[in-house]
Amino acid sequence: MSKYSIKLNGKKHLVDVASDTPLLWVIRDEIGMTGTKFGCGMGLCGACTVLLNGHPIRSCSTPISSIKPEDKLISIEGLSTTTSHPVQLAWIKEQVPQCGYCQSGQILAVAALLDSNPNPTDQDIDTALAGNICRCGTYQDMRKAIHAAAKSMKSQTKTKSK
Amino acid sequence: MSANTTKQTSRRDFIKISAQTAAFLAIGFENLANGKGVKVRNLAHEPHIGVEINPYVLINESGKVTLFNARPDMGQGTSQSIPMLIAEELEVRLDQVEIVTSDGSAKFGSQLSGGSSSVSTRYLPMRTVGAAVKEMLVQAAANHWHVPVSACYAKEGRVYQKNKTISLGYGELVASAAKLPVPSSPVLKNPADFTQIGKSLPRPEIPSKVNGTAKFGMDVVIPGMLYASIAHAPSIHAKVKSYHGEKAIASPGVKFVLKTERKMPHASTEAVAVLADSYWAALKGKRLLDIEWESTEADAMNTEKYFNQLKEAGKSPGFEYKESLTGDVNKAFAGANQLIEASYQTPFLAHAPMEPENATVYVQDGKVEVWAPVQGPDSLVTELATYLGFKKEHVKINVTFLGGAFGRKAYYDYVLEAAHLSKQINAPVKVIWTREDDTQQGPFRPGMLSVMKGALDAQGKVQAFEHRLNGASILNQVFQVPLDNAPDPWAEEGINLPDSPYTFPNRRNSFSLVKTKIPILWWRSVYASTNLFGQESFIDELAHHAKKDPLAFRLELLAGSPRFVEVLKKLAELSNYQQLKAQGKAVGIAIARSFSSICAHAIVVEKQGNGVLIKKVYSVIDCGVAINPRNIKAQVQSNITMGLTAAIKNEITVVNGQTQQSNFHDYAVLRQGEIPEMEVFVMPSSEAPGGVGEPGLPPVAPALCNAVFLATGKRVRTLPFDISNV
Repeated sequence: MSKYSIKLNGKKHLVDVASDTPLLWVIRDEIGMTGTKFGCGMGLCGACTVLLNGHPIRSCSTPISSIKPEDKLISIEGLSTTTSHPVQLAWIKEQVPQCGYCQSGQILAVAALLDSNPNPTDQDIDTALAGNICRCGTYQDMRKAIHAAAKSMKSQTKTKSK
Repeated sequence: MSANTTKQTSRRDFIKISAQTAAFLAIGFENLANGKGVKVRNLAHEPHIGVEINPYVLINESGKVTLFNARPDMGQGTSQSIPMLIAEELEVRLDQVEIVTSDGSAKFGSQLSGGSSSVSTRYLPMRTVGAAVKEMLVQAAANHWHVPVSACYAKEGRVYQKNKTISLGYGELVASAAKLPVPSSPVLKNPADFTQIGKSLPRPEIPSKVNGTAKFGMDVVIPGMLYASIAHAPSIHAKVKSYHGEKAIASPGVKFVLKTERKMPHASTEAVAVLADSYWAALKGKRLLDIEWESTEADAMNTEKYFNQLKEAGKSPGFEYKESLTGDVNKAFAGANQLIEASYQTPFLAHAPMEPENATVYVQDGKVEVWAPVQGPDSLVTELATYLGFKKEHVKINVTFLGGAFGRKAYYDYVLEAAHLSKQINAPVKVIWTREDDTQQGPFRPGMLSVMKGALDAQGKVQAFEHRLNGASILNQVFQVPLDNAPDPWAEEGINLPDSPYTFPNRRNSFSLVKTKIPILWWRSVYASTNLFGQESFIDELAHHAKKDPLAFRLELLAGSPRFVEVLKKLAELSNYQQLKAQGKAVGIAIARSFSSICAHAIVVEKQGNGVLIKKVYSVIDCGVAINPRNIKAQVQSNITMGLTAAIKNEITVVNGQTQQSNFHDYAVLRQGEIPEMEVFVMPSSEAPGGVGEPGLPPVAPALCNAVFLATGKRVRTLPFDISNV
């Protein structure tokens, strides 16, 4: 067992785990945040997606030893404290989730996409979400919500810059 | 659940509770299953809460309303749709109430989410419950004010006097209302006055699913619990010949290595479990196990061999379904102008819900408590009580949200595994299956073969139609019904007369049972998902042989079934069918009724290379009264996605007892970039509500393959197929 310091959702956590422990299980079992989900264990489905310095990664296949103490990790619980991120709001407005199990990962992948690409095309969306499976088939409603979120983020930026 | 509801409450207890703390009014009724002759009872007037009483509404003196939902939510929306039926009549908004999933207690009656039956069977019973409580609250207010009931009305949790500003909250009225007799036949609202049913209201649980707070079985943490990862046999029925757990037990965090069992309805298999203080430690420990497996005779399972047996079985007529038997097909075939024959094969499929099977179970002192994603807590109570030899009242199920299920989580092998382990170590155990377990161990949708035969006369009219079903029976394997001299009554769904009312002068459906040890189970839309591929593809083949347009051909055969006709006409309008056809576009259509709802799709494809590209899917569903139209559209989209995945992506194959696929790399499902645009129309209707969670799936594969035929001239008769190379 080894000690690791990680910064999750702006808060420092010290954990004592085996060096090969996937970040997923550190977040869920050690830190106790369960919004990040286990789906396949092989980085194939995206249910475990979190943001590492703004980029989506598959936490089920990211060993804790690869995380540096200064890395900024964001899980669904840290995207906003009041369920007010534009992507979350768009998801509620379009009533995207069905079972909901994959949605933490989907939402984080979308938040990262809109951060780097405020005006994504359908092709951009396909590429950005290729790693996130939704077995309930909420894909079309997600696409609608992504465009809506992009629009609302742009109008927010406009309001801010006025 | 409120502590008040879990204890046996006598009349005397009730008064005490009312006087001292929270008054509560619990309403129940009998005859849940058929929704007829519903009798409402007020628990306050019962000497004891009996097993046949079903309390769904609690109101405490502060006005807090709790509604019990006895249909677990796996994504289909029952945590809204079922309590909404009560709330509509009770005159409360869903955002004013707390919704609690039932715990498997007998007082709730059947609690299975399955067969798309939740709304259709609850529609009248749940409304009746809500209406009865509302009438009692209104009566209590009228008594208080000394005015007639007709001078009062209820709205959003309060009773008002007409034309006056005074009102009383439900919490203020509940203690006196509870002393009133329960109305035996409360008046239900006129649907024109509905404020919730029929509106696309937001689902109350959605915010919790976008901020990570929704609790799935996977998220359950019980103090003192150990995590278990189980080494299941590489071939499904193998036995543990010997094992060495020394390396595993020496691994950090590992507490126990135990030989264990997986109990299925038709077989019990052996496995080795590693229990540890974290899931990762358990998983790592499992990888260190040294197990020698011994194949059993049951492992001589091979899907290729199975399908050969199906082909052989399809040569004989099978047991006929008497209810749908019409005329004499053999006579008609003998004198046919044109005889057409074709066989359609559908594969074994895994359900692959995003949340792998998991269960947290604590067995102690002859009692057991479960926290798990399960589709039917009541049937799990029965199964666990039998398995452990406990009384049913000593089994409590806490149902979490289900991260998908599609039928899989009505099979409780994973819960029994956790119970078996907890009993051995006297501590709570959380079993988490890996994706590989989920993909490889089954149960699966059974592979099926439809052997079709049709006769056309010189005018292209269908003279005879035969559909021979061949395959394994869920009723036989899971429910142990012999079927030695009768067809499987469940297996005819989607092609029986009410579901497929094509007017054929001679018609015969039959079933030939081919047994297998491969674990099987219902998979979203069950046999309708397999039967309709043959049925609706073959109707298309007959239309082409008759040189008729497939839509016109169906309309003619369905002329006596107005709801089918309306759905097809709407589909033609929605998809601009005639214009697309005139432009030479390939538009495949299929229609199916399953689970009491009719759904039709028009799928537009374009030739691309050696295959086709799906351009758009148009859908029309008639599910009777639409409870939440937006949610219905979402369910149809969900079914289209799952139906397309089943048609073009995946299959489970088994060789010598070993499943050949293991995870999403070789059991692929459709992803964001692979989804065609979908447009869904929900027919306005005042007919009794039908199912929504499944009926959109059966017509997907035939509509697609009918379109593929138009685009390429090639008829797809075996699923899955490679859409890029037809």
